[in-house]
Amino acid sequence: MAETYDVSDDLLTYTFHLREDAVWSNGDPVTAGDFEYAWKWVLNPDNADTDYAYQMYVIKGAQAAKEEGGSIDEVGVKAIDEKTLEVVLAQPTPYFLDLTAFYTYYPVNQKVVEGADDWALNVTDTYVTNGPFLIESWKHKDQIVLKKNADYWDADTVKLETINMYMIDDENTSLEMFNNGELDWAGDPTDSLPLSAIPSLKADGSLNISPKAGVYYYAFNTEKEPFNNVNIRKAFALAINREGIIQSITQREEIPAMALVPTSIWEENAEGYFKDNDLETAKEYLATGLEELGLEKLPAISLSYNTAEAHAAIAQAVQDMWRQNLGVEVTLSNEEWNVYLDSMGSGNFQVGRMGWIADFNDAINFIELFQSVGGNNYTNWESEEYSKLIEQSRTETDPDARKGILRQAEAIFMEDMPIAPIYFYSNAWLSKDYVKDLEVSPLGELQFKWVYLAE
Amino acid sequence: MEHRQLKEIDFEPLHLKQSEAEKIVGESTSYWKDAWRRFRKNKLALFGIIIILLLAVLAIMGGPISGHNYYENQLLEANQPPSGTHWFGTDNLGRDVFARTWYGAQISLFIGLMAALIDLIIGVIWGAVAGFFGGKVDEILMRIADVLYGVPYLLVVILLLVVLPQNLWTLIIAMTITGWINMARIVRGQVMQLRSEEFIMASRSLGASNTRILRKHLIPNSLGPILVTLTLTIPSAIFTESFLSFLGIGVQAPLASWGTMSSDALPALQYYPNQLFFPAVFICLTMLAFNVIGDGMRDALDPNER
Amino acid sequence: MIKYLLKRIGYIILSLFLIITVTFILMKAAPGGPFASERASTPAIEAQMNEAYGFNDPIHEQYFSYLINAFTFDFGPSFKYVGQEVTEIIGRSFPYSLILGLEAIFIAISIGVLLGVIAAVKHNKFGDYLAMVIAVLGISVPSFIMAAILQYIFAIYLQVLPIARFESFAHTILPAAALATTPLAFIARLMRSSMLDVLNRDYIKTAKSKGLSERVVTYKHALRNAILPVVSYLGPLVVSILTGSFIIEKIFGIPGLGSEFVVSVTNRDYTVIMGTTVFFSVLLLVSILIVDLIYGLIDPRINVTSKEGNK
Repeated sequence: MAETYDVSDDLLTYTFHLREDAVWSNGDPVTAGDFEYAWKWVLNPDNADTDYAYQMYVIKGAQAAKEEGGSIDEVGVKAIDEKTLEVVLAQPTPYFLDLTAFYTYYPVNQKVVEGADDWALNVTDTYVTNGPFLIESWKHKDQIVLKKNADYWDADTVKLETINMYMIDDENTSLEMFNNGELDWAGDPTDSLPLSAIPSLKADGSLNISPKAGVYYYAFNTEKEPFNNVNIRKAFALAINREGIIQSITQREEIPAMALVPTSIWEENAEGYFKDNDLETAKEYLATGLEELGLEKLPAISLSYNTAEAHAAIAQAVQDMWRQNLGVEVTLSNEEWNVYLDSMGSGNFQVGRMGWIADFNDAINFIELFQSVGGNNYTNWESEEYSKLIEQSRTETDPDARKGILRQAEAIFMEDMPIAPIYFYSNAWLSKDYVKDLEVSPLGELQFKWVYLAE
Repeated sequence: MEHRQLKEIDFEPLHLKQSEAEKIVGESTSYWKDAWRRFRKNKLALFGIIIILLLAVLAIMGGPISGHNYYENQLLEANQPPSGTHWFGTDNLGRDVFARTWYGAQISLFIGLMAALIDLIIGVIWGAVAGFFGGKVDEILMRIADVLYGVPYLLVVILLLVVLPQNLWTLIIAMTITGWINMARIVRGQVMQLRSEEFIMASRSLGASNTRILRKHLIPNSLGPILVTLTLTIPSAIFTESFLSFLGIGVQAPLASWGTMSSDALPALQYYPNQLFFPAVFICLTMLAFNVIGDGMRDALDPNER
Repeated sequence: MIKYLLKRIGYIILSLFLIITVTFILMKAAPGGPFASERASTPAIEAQMNEAYGFNDPIHEQYFSYLINAFTFDFGPSFKYVGQEVTEIIGRSFPYSLILGLEAIFIAISIGVLLGVIAAVKHNKFGDYLAMVIAVLGISVPSFIMAAILQYIFAIYLQVLPIARFESFAHTILPAAALATTPLAFIARLMRSSMLDVLNRDYIKTAKSKGLSERVVTYKHALRNAILPVVSYLGPLVVSILTGSFIIEKIFGIPGLGSEFVVSVTNRDYTVIMGTTVFFSVLLLVSILIVDLIYGLIDPRINVTSKEGNK
């Protein structure tokens, strides 16, 4: 949307210059005011259905307006003129540009939206968009049809005329529809491929795999014995054979995770902070931990996960590894998603499965998860030093220095090991040979703009 | 020769209730004997009993004789076809399917039989009472059943899990909480139809009590539909258990039942059909056996065929 | 009769009221809520959402508003699918389930009754055993396995029918067949057993001895009396088949009503739970009333309208 942007020297003020030829699908020009309107709409406490509003809290005055009764006029976003948008941030935020790609930051057409709350509920004339494709029809839970937008500023680049999206719940069914030629694309990020099909898809070379910015982990409840002891946590984290899980169960060439931040953001994390499946060291940690706790032998512990085929398989494998490597009885407990979140949130677990997929492409998105107890941090672990480093990173304007600070924080985190990372996610998908230039980003986004079908 | 004088004291009055005097004696003892005699002659039904016994023996012995357990992972030997070491092959974590099948049999057979038994007791009593007395009693009993049937079942089970501990009994409660309703409806319909038959009227005019009519006439004459419903309860319990496992109720992994084994193996149907084949075949075999036994019992107990 | 009907309608309203009350209590007591998510929002934003959706109102006020909604058939918007009305969700998904359900019921009743009658007439002969094997397979292979197997054989291996989705009649064959499996088998078993009972009854024997032909006896007298248990079973069955099956809809990618029941509960989408429950219950209660009325038609001696049946 923006043709160019300027950043002030203190990194606090961003000025975006929107392109002149950007128009909405009803012909209106896309203006800076549309952005201002959309962002302030999200931050208005009267609009409750905005559970992602916190993504905007890096903007000056945003959190105050949304949560503390601050004035919405104080929010640091302003349309200077028709095509110039000025954004003032609360702190220099090196990843702000990454954030603006997040959908909470998208503009809406003020003229259409104002006073028409239901403009986007169904495909009607008020469904005004400004992307490379227009929505043609939307049958709820069934099918979406996209058509090329002839008025798009870069319409010459767009080659696809129509995109049909089918909503199929069952992974096997969509795979079969793909095999039958009814679909040109199946799998991540819009769907996933059935576990049992992966080996044969790999064998015939049709499977595509790319890294994804996400981490699959087991959270320890650091308030419950025995996981209040750091050596016990380490013992459990080290006694997992991640490579084995990836080779035999998930099979999507995920990367074994011995760190918090995925390798697609920090390449050096392929090494990690410890060795995978390090049984010797795990047993040493176990012995030290037991001594510190004054225990002869570990009591039976429970491992919780929300119900899903892959989670169940991984949990059973880990259960067996802990039983064999540490000699501990592990009982599994699976729960339906809503009940599971409730148990995790109320600390009613010992070890529980969790995952995080990045909202934007920056390490801070992972590190700040564990800044304080509550929210997405179920471990009950917090550290003053860790939190201090995060705050320090927010004002650091030099990229290298900032990374150094964040890596220091990650090192503290891994030293205390409130979670046992298992693997960094990957995207796995199938596409027909004639589908060209359709790539999955590490954030799990598909861009259809440049896609074309070869004859 | 002395004539023995018979005095009044030598005689004892025969204590006989009016109702018993008019009873057609001998019926009740020979009914069961007779039924058993006819059941024994039914080769198919005996065959069914042999299959059930065999499955029961395997359920107990199968695990130990396989030389494997149900939980040990061999990730490198995952998804193997049947072989000399793994008679039924291995699953996605390299566990022995033969051993898992028989540990699963214990659970599935237990769940199926318990659920069927409880449904039978509650359903028959509930339905018979409603159908026999009719009127207000019928309304109250059947409306309670309707309300239970109308409330979202999943919510009931989720709440049960919050209140009760996570074990097999909770699972059985979850399955029987609405499971008996079908049985009750069918029995009620039968009883309503039968109660106007001539032989019931005859029995009533001979002074038989309500419970006696229910016990001796109405329920035996409804046995056919009762047995059929009962044999359906078993597989539906086995599969309800696997459907409910996503709530975390019932057996916890790595222990598996036939139901969870089949539903876990279903996505892999095209690639590793053996993982679905074995539990499914044993479910079918069990059902076949129970059905031929049920048919044999029906034929043997049919009061009209005597 | 009119008096009886009015009384029954009164009971239907009472039952409905009880169902709504119990459902309300259960869903409020269930852990979790519609806004629970892996990506926890800030507490302040969550509080605003709860306020906007009326979760902070006193519990009795919430209850009364659900009650009023239910009896006016206006359940309000879904919590999970922003802006979609519950009635709209039911309205768009029910037709799919209805069509599939009708097909399945037709298959189940016609083949089920036929198999059952054949088995009873050919008691302990080959026809009986064949029908038994088919029925046992149908009972022991549940719909979700049947669906996968049918899909594999007809759509993937033979490629004669579409794999999934709901676009033409051909698309409905496999899901309807899978849906019909268990009821078909059960109806066949039930029919056989009650047919055998009836065929041995005195009045059938009398009819035969009077010289009525076998066929007339079987189809005119016996069938009519034997179908009663099937009718008892059919009432609730028809309703649950018409309102869709979660698993079948999932496997065949059909946007039907069955998945809404399950998904609304797992989402804790309170208004949708209430809407689907009331919709299902009304159908159920009416169908049960119809079953009771049919009893009277089949066998005039059954008199559900009498006050005390045993007089």
